[in-house]
Amino acid sequence: MSEQVREVVVIGSGPAGLTAAIYTARANLRPLVIEGEPSSTSDQPGGQLMLTTDVENFPGFVDGIMGPDLMGRFRAQAERFGAELVTTRATRVDLSQRPFRVWVRNQATGGEDEVRAGAVIVSTGARALMLDLESEQRLLGHGVSTCATCDGFFFRGHHIAVVGGGDSALEEATFLTKFAETVTVIHRRKELRASKIMQDRAFKNPKITFLWNSVVADVLGDGKLEGVQVRNLVTDELSTLPVTGLFVAIGHVPNTDLFAGQLDRDEAGYLITTEGSKTNIAGVFACGDVQDHVYRQAITAAGSGCMAAIDAERWLEAQGEAPSDLNETITDW
Amino acid sequence: MGDAVVTLTEQTFDDEIGTVGEPLLVDFWADWCGPCKMIEPILDEIAREHPGRLRIGKVDIDQHLELARRFDVQSIPTLILFRAGAPELRIVGAKGKGQLLEELQAFL
Repeated sequence: MSEQVREVVVIGSGPAGLTAAIYTARANLRPLVIEGEPSSTSDQPGGQLMLTTDVENFPGFVDGIMGPDLMGRFRAQAERFGAELVTTRATRVDLSQRPFRVWVRNQATGGEDEVRAGAVIVSTGARALMLDLESEQRLLGHGVSTCATCDGFFFRGHHIAVVGGGDSALEEATFLTKFAETVTVIHRRKELRASKIMQDRAFKNPKITFLWNSVVADVLGDGKLEGVQVRNLVTDELSTLPVTGLFVAIGHVPNTDLFAGQLDRDEAGYLITTEGSKTNIAGVFACGDVQDHVYRQAITAAGSGCMAAIDAERWLEAQGEAPSDLNETITDW
Repeated sequence: MGDAVVTLTEQTFDDEIGTVGEPLLVDFWADWCGPCKMIEPILDEIAREHPGRLRIGKVDIDQHLELARRFDVQSIPTLILFRAGAPELRIVGAKGKGQLLEELQAFL
């Protein structure tokens, strides 16, 4: 990374960030995309879709497409138009003045490199909520998993549990029936909030059973998962469900810690955007799940990434900072 | 120049981890595991950058599930560092190069 100021820096590389990269690259804004570090959670290059298998609802793919394949295509397209992607994470930001500063981890030295930006597009997405139990943390990799598609294989013939009631939980539960003997879905309400089609599939699957009005009170096992302690919220009774695999899919929380005290967030931690992708700081735009707790789909994230790119490009132009070979009229996308 | 990361099999495993000398980091992986593929080039780099101080080997759990079971691997990627035949460090889940180097520091 050089001393120069990048016109646009995109933080995050899920569908929102990569769409913003494609559009800003095509506008000759030479975007730098801080795509994240490898990880087994959604906090990795490509974002949440890297942990899924079939994506059936992204328009344009009649027979569906694997999440990682879809993100591979987004990435290739961004590179095709000249976006520069760096496989590292942002460690801190200073948005108090321009040029904005974003520090990234230097993978070789472990230190920080400073990047300066004319405009910043935040697309850091959201991560899966965990149960926040010490026992869960301790047994990660020993029966407790954050990635059904990575680890389902190890639970062939096991009795396992999935916690949650939305599309993620049912998708994981259905996927896991390919390996597990039984899958118990533990949900704190008496109704699922997943889409109807996912619910139908789960109800018809003979390997899936449901524990309603229930939450996980504790995760049991010494070195290896042996079961979960379940509390029934209606009767307040505790019971033990003997499972040797546990997958948690109870929702997501936006990755906004980096911006605390600088960008306005709502009570749930989501970045607040107005008039499209504008944040409270002029020149800083946000898109994707980091600012959306209503829709949270790959296609809405991609759409908002495009909006952020256009907002950023118009804003830079208004500052007199658009690239010199831009036409006099606003770029015709 | 061959692969810096050695492929280990059920037949060669015990000989490799028992070999006296630098520690051996074993990467349990599979072809269908995205995060496993993401760290593959990183492990290759680390192996090339630390000749004589660290060896890295990989076990394809699709071919050698018994080895995975033997070491209680239930999530991939899992990296286990062996010294004098004994497992001394376990890293579960993909990580960035910087973080991996940090965790391996004491053994290099």
